[in-house]
Order: sequence, then structure tokens, then C-alpha cells
Amino acid sequence: MKIENCKLKIDGQPLAPNGLLVSAAVVRRRLLSACSHRLVRFAICILQCSIFNACVHSFAQAQTTRNTIAVVQPKVVKIFGAGGIKSLAAHGTGFFVSKEGHIATIWSHVLDADLVGVVLSDGRRFSARVLGAEPQLALAVLKLNGAEGVEFPFFNPDEAVSAGTGTRVLGFSNMFNVAAGDEPVSVVHGVIAAKTIIEARRGVFDSPYSGPVFVVDGVTNNSGAAGGVLTTRDGMLLGMIGLELRNAKSNTWMNYAIPVKELSNSIQQIISGKFERKKDPNEDEPSLKPRRYKPLDFGFLMVPDVVERTPAFIDSIQSDSAAAKVGLKSDDLVLFINDELIQSCRMLQDAIGRLESGDQLRLVVRRGNELVTVEMPVPRKKD
Amino acid sequence: MGEKHRVARTQRLELMTFALVCWLTVSAPAAEPQVREAELKRVEVIERVAPTVVAVFAKGGAGGGSGVLVSKDGFALTNFHVVSGLGPFMKCGLNDGVLYDAVLVGLDPTGDVALIKLLGREDFPIATLGDSDKLEIGDWTYVMGNPFLLATDFQPTVTYGIVSGTHRYQPPAGTWLEYTDCIQVDTSINPGNSGGPLFSSAGELVGINGRGSFEKRGRVNSGAGYAISINQIKFFHDQLKAGRVVDHATLGATVTTDSDGGVVVNGILESSDVFRRGLRSGDELVSFAGRPVRSVNQFKNILGIYPKDWMLPIVFRHEGERREIHARLRGLHAKTELMPGPRPQPKPRQPMPKKDKDGNPEKTPDLPLPPRPDPHAEVAKQAIPEQWKEWFVTKAGFANYRFNQLEQDRVFAPLKGLGDFASAAGSWRLSGQSATGDKFELTLAVKGIGLEIRDSAFFQQLEDTDPADEPPGSGGFLIAAHQLRLLLQTGSKAFTECHYFGSEPLDGRGESVDVIVTTLGAIETRWFFSRSSGLLLGMDSRLYEDAEACSVRFENWIDFNGRRLPATWMVTSGEKEFATLKVAKAELVGKK
Repeated sequence: MKIENCKLKIDGQPLAPNGLLVSAAVVRRRLLSACSHRLVRFAICILQCSIFNACVHSFAQAQTTRNTIAVVQPKVVKIFGAGGIKSLAAHGTGFFVSKEGHIATIWSHVLDADLVGVVLSDGRRFSARVLGAEPQLALAVLKLNGAEGVEFPFFNPDEAVSAGTGTRVLGFSNMFNVAAGDEPVSVVHGVIAAKTIIEARRGVFDSPYSGPVFVVDGVTNNSGAAGGVLTTRDGMLLGMIGLELRNAKSNTWMNYAIPVKELSNSIQQIISGKFERKKDPNEDEPSLKPRRYKPLDFGFLMVPDVVERTPAFIDSIQSDSAAAKVGLKSDDLVLFINDELIQSCRMLQDAIGRLESGDQLRLVVRRGNELVTVEMPVPRKKD
Repeated sequence: MGEKHRVARTQRLELMTFALVCWLTVSAPAAEPQVREAELKRVEVIERVAPTVVAVFAKGGAGGGSGVLVSKDGFALTNFHVVSGLGPFMKCGLNDGVLYDAVLVGLDPTGDVALIKLLGREDFPIATLGDSDKLEIGDWTYVMGNPFLLATDFQPTVTYGIVSGTHRYQPPAGTWLEYTDCIQVDTSINPGNSGGPLFSSAGELVGINGRGSFEKRGRVNSGAGYAISINQIKFFHDQLKAGRVVDHATLGATVTTDSDGGVVVNGILESSDVFRRGLRSGDELVSFAGRPVRSVNQFKNILGIYPKDWMLPIVFRHEGERREIHARLRGLHAKTELMPGPRPQPKPRQPMPKKDKDGNPEKTPDLPLPPRPDPHAEVAKQAIPEQWKEWFVTKAGFANYRFNQLEQDRVFAPLKGLGDFASAAGSWRLSGQSATGDKFELTLAVKGIGLEIRDSAFFQQLEDTDPADEPPGSGGFLIAAHQLRLLLQTGSKAFTECHYFGSEPLDGRGESVDVIVTTLGAIETRWFFSRSSGLLLGMDSRLYEDAEACSVRFENWIDFNGRRLPATWMVTSGEKEFATLKVAKAELVGKK
């Protein structure tokens, strides 16, 4: 009686394609008729069940991964924009969040261009503009130009799922710009190693995003990978791959994705045009900063200010200028201006802007491995 | 009452136990056997293929990499950049714990492939070659080899991951080490894995691992490794086995993308075969080697997997008209560039990526994985082991000429069975009718060649005259016929230069044939031999480099007084038929 129940359960396995079920059932009937002992029959049931399940499962799994990849890849796009200097990549990844051609991606320097290029998995090329951004969530939403009437395969961000530690996942991105041609992005596999919260802070972990993340054991976060997607093995959207994040002390890199559940509200608001940016509590009140002087007034030019904290490297020196006379050189990194620590091009612009005529400008720069101090008078301004 | 209660409780307990046992034996194993099954399958595959994995060491242990055995007599594939600089002999460890001597056989510097031969056994375990074009993104793969040269007992390290991309292009460092149509995996590839096998989930050899994308994380796996596809290596295998330093193909024309996204020729060498076959600037490429051309990148990808001198089908559109040609491809490098000696080292990454015409940054080359030097090892002197010294013969342009000699001997052997041509040192006279019914007589004399056909006579003097295109438009049929006579009568010694090339598909579309290349002065002849019967199927003879060849295809080798000669000669030049000659009578005179 109980054994019969057992059998029912086995027969009821909904996993097999019909053909397999039938042949398995025939084999089982023959075996069962051959032996009368209940326990033997019971053992056969179990054995059969396990062998059968194993076959079906491994077959089904191989199929799901291939299918998942085939379904997800057309929703992921390659983005080409600003960058290409020093170690800043000029490429990134994004994913469709509407059939009209809205793309969610990471908020990064790649988008510091009037128009960015978007290449689809089949090689179609479009230009796109930034529709809106939420830097606190490291999120930007783009809209393809000239795509009216075209329908795109997309992820509905409202249908993003969550998953626990140990869930097997796939990462899709144009890491290292390997997929530079008319080809789909790269796929890597991994497991969710942790769900945790990272905090935005300066120093050891310099993260632009703070909030919950999925930490992955595979190498998902490479240059150009940010903005790609993390999905479950069956293709459910989990997260958006974040920017590369390095622990400056241990020189280790973190592989993580931002849960799309955290982003879906902002994505929908940006698409619908009702977006209101959350106020950043850390952000200074915009003040009218004086900009009385520019580096050019002293005869030098800084490298283009492309990111939040572009290192203050001198790009070029004008001949016969004050800067040339005191021996400044291109590629000098400015560390101090009049004893004030300079951490970025923007800070340098502010510090020079605050100078007044008659002041002395004292610069400490790093040139190779040595520190060089130079001094020059601030010229008189004719207003 | 209490008794009844107890009985009920016992029954209940029995029932619960049974239910628990049922649950344990049915539900729990329902999940576990598939995991166990998959694990057992992996263990089985690894046990099966691990004996084929080679740990390659320089003599004296000053570096190394990995490799994989592909033939029972010890031929093994590895990377060019692994053996480069190791000298002709090296040491190779297998997972049986034995260290074998090995000798360099062939080199492909462009494709980053090398063939070596392990010595001392005829029953090496070998890997089964798979079909790398069947790999799909998401498929599981194994990487095996000797990362960081960890395996002192030569047991290969195994890593497991998925295919991240197929048909990838990784640009060369300089003009070497270009990875076209390669396989991208997230399976861990580290320094020392270079040259080792990429196995499919079924344990078939689908690629040779050679490089990875490293940027800022140091020289360790960063999630993107690349393997040279085994299908590309199959094209070069016979050439490598012939001890050659091989070269890859180039079209002889440059291409660009036009405004409609088509791939269009924007520059062409007038001396190239494609130009002679009618390809011109402005023509649009439709397909190459049977694969549709969709973009410049993808075209480079297809082109890069083919050997220099192969003839391949090309379809293009000329002024709206679709044309299909078969053209012989030029080499990517000049011969002198491929001479053995110090090779250009791959340059480090360019910090400033260049932009292509679409404004996208061009891909910067990723560093291949170099053999990891052992700082404690002394650089051993390259003494050639006495026992194996006959396995290495130097010759300019060859990695190891010994293997070319072996292949020449193999291919030329059936010629001896055709009869005694050596004694026929006088005039040869072949006569019969052409397919169009014209009578002909071909005379191969010592001082000159003559052909009478359709009331015309053509003559080529062999002394004090330059070889000419006689009869005009045939590509020099008289000279070609003379080359055949030399081959049959004297063999390879009749020529200034003779080597075994490898295999190629006959005329770019037919069966795979063995190819011998001979030169005599400026005359270069390619001889095509059947790989099944050993018979000479045809020859392409050109009067000078970049001249249109005279192609002769032979059929019906029949006996003429004790000597076998082809009864049917199909002569074409530039894909235009010159004549088909049916030999009815052959008179070969001994001494003049």
C-alpha cells in the first residue's frame, strides 16, 4: 500500500520528456513482473527513480544554461563612450529595461559624452543619450536614438528577484571589451557567496555606491563589466554588475552586483520622467566658489577632468611661462598647493581659484619618485 | 486502556519511522544522485584524459608550460611561446610520473602553436580531437596543465568553468600570437597553463590554452582566458608535423566597412591571386571559405585560421554581379621573418588604446602567458642528447627538417612503384587526342619541349632561354610537363629545393591531399598526392612567383610498356581550361 504510494510519486515526476517516461515505465513493468518480493520491488523503484532523475536533471540543466544564455544575451548591450586614457576604459555594459529601448547601466565616466554608442548582441549600432541618473545608486538610464518603432527584448526591473547565498548565477558583460565585434557579450558562472551591505567611503574601499549587494565567487567585475547583469541559472534578473572595487590595503578585488530590486523604482521614475533625485546628505551646499585664477594663468594645463576625482596631473606646460621658468613638467602630479592637500583636478581648480594677486603660489609635485617644490608669484589680474 | 494506548503509540512510531525512512530513501536521494552522477562523470573524464596532459620543461628546468598528446608515437601540441627559446630538446612529464625527452617538431608563431614529439614510446595515451565549432556559450570545459609549475609529480592541475564566448578575436602582439576565432572561457587559466588542453565536458580536446586578459590584477586569472580552437590547429597539423615554421594566410587585399555595413575591398595587391581572379577595389565580400562575411572583424576572424598557400572559395559582388572564385592565399609574413632565431617578444599593453573608425577603442593585446622562469634553476647548456640526436636536423626555414625528410620519404615512396623512369634518359613522346578531338603530340626531349596540337606547334628550349608561357595562356604547360618528367625520372634531387608542405583541400573544394613543393630556378611547382592511394593527382606550376599557374590534373594512371603514366591530363590556367589531353601512346627512349 505504502509502496504503491511511493510508485505513484515516482510516476508523478513531472520532469521527464514524454518519451523517456514511457520507456522508463516499460522497463519498470518488466522488472516488477520478474520479481515478486515487495522489498525488491521497492528497491527497484528507488534505483530507477534515482537513475532516471539523474539523467533527466543533467540533461535539463545543460539545456537550461544554454537557453538562459540565448534568452539573456540579446537583452544586454555594449556601451562605448568617454574614457580611453590611463586605466579608464571607454567601454561599458548595459541592459534593456523597456521594449522601446531604455537601457539601465552604471553611472560612470563612460557616460561623460554628449552621445554614447550602443552595440546590440547582433551587431546593430545605435547612439543613445543619458535620460537620467541616480549617482547614489550608481544608476543611469539611457534611451536609444532613432529606435522608434523597433522593439527590443528587455528585462522588466519590477520582476527582478532576490536569491540567497549559494544560488548559482551567471554574469553577462562586455568585460575587457572582448566582444568588440558584432558578437554577444561574455558569460561567466559563479555562486552568490554573500549578501551584504557596502558603504560608500573614501580610503580603503572607495565605493561610489552604498547599499546591499550580492557578492559573487566568480570574476564578474572587470574593466567594462559594470552595468552588466547577474541572473539566476534560469535567467531571472538579480542584479546589475557594479564598478570595479579594490581594497587598497590587500590589493584584492571584489566581485559584486547591485540588486535590481533596489534600482527598479528609480529606473521606472526616470523612464516616466517623474524622477526626483534623492538629496545626498554628504553633498555640500552649492556655493559660489571664486574662480579668480586658472592654471593657464601660470602657464600650465591639467589633464581632462573626466571623473569625480581625476588625479591632478599636469598635462602640458606653455613655453616661456612662469611654470616653465620654475621647471614644472608634464606628468607632474600636484600634491600640495600652499600646504593644502590636493586630491583631484577639481580641488586644484578651487585652490588656484581662491588665490589673490600678490600671493605666492607654492606647489609640491611628485615627479617619478621624488617630490619637487616650486614657487611663483601670483600675477596681477586686469579686470 | 494504557495497553491500547501503548500499542497505538508503537504503531504510530513504526509508521513515523517508516515515513522517515521512505522520505530519506526517496526524497533525499532524488536530489543527490544527480549531483553524485555529475561528479562521477567529471571524475571519469578527468581520469580518462589526465594521462594525455604534458608538463613541458626547458632542459634544466628554466621555465615551462603545458601540452597535450595527440598521437601514440608522441606528437604533442603546445604553445609557440612555451617552446620559443627552449631549444630543440626539452623534458616532458606525464602523470605516470615519468620524465620523457622531447624534440621540437613544428612552429606556428602567428597562431601561437607548436608541435613537439615525446620520445621513447609508441603507445602514449592520446586525447580525442573534438569539433570546436560545436562548442556553445555556457558549455562546461576543463583546463588541465601545470599552472605556476606546481606539479612536481606531473599530475596536471584541473580547473572547471564555462565557455564565455565563441569565435572571439584577440589582436596580435606585433604580427605574432594573433588569436583568431578563438574560444573564451571563465575556466581558470594561469601562467604555466600555456599550451595545455581545453577539454569539452565529454573530454574531447577542443582547444589549446594560451592567454588571458590581465589588466590591473596581476598575472593571474581574471575571468577571461583564451584557447586556440582545435579546428584551426587541424588545418595546420600536417604542416607542423612536417617540421615546418608555418605562416597564416592573408587575402592580398584590405577591406573596410562601407556606409551600408557591407565589407568592401579598399586596396588590393595587383600581384595577388585574388586580383588575377577578378577581385577589384570597391567589390563587396559576400562569403569566405564558405562562411558569410558580416563585418571586418569577423572576416579577419575567419581569414586568420587558414594557412598560407591554401586555395579557398571566395564569393564577392563586382558591380552588382555575384562572382565565385577559388584563389590561393598569400602569406602574412616574408619568408625571412619566419627564420629561426631570436623572435620579437610581445610588447606590453599600449596604455592609450587607439580608436577605430567608429570611435570605439581598438582592443589592446593581452599578454600571453609566458613560461614561468624558475629563479633557482641554472640555465642548462643545450647539449643534444646522444641517444636522440638523429631526431633533429637543422635547415633554414624549418623548425626541425628531420620530420620533413620523413614526410617526403612517405609521400614519394609510391612513385617507385610506377616503373623504372630513371633509365628513360632520352626523349619522351606522348601522343593521342584532346577532348575536343584534336590530335596532339607532346615531346619531352633533353634540350627542349614541343607540343603539336590543332595544326599549331609550340616549343620551349631548356638551355639558354628563360621559361615562357608556352603555349600562351596555358601558364607554361611545356615547363610544367618538363617538371613532371624530372620528378618521375630523377625524383626530388632534380630540383633546387624540395619540401613536404602539409595537406590542403585540392583546388579549395576537393579531398584533402598531401602537397610537395619543388623549386627549380624561379619555377615553383606544387604536387598533389592522394592521401588514400598515394597517386599523383595533379600539379600547379608557376614560371615565377605571382605568375598565373599552369594546373594539370591527372586521371587514369595506366601501364605504357611497364611504366605507369596518367592517360588523362586536364590542363587549366586561371580557372580557364586550356585542353584535356587523352594519352593513347607513350614512347620513352632510354639513352639518346
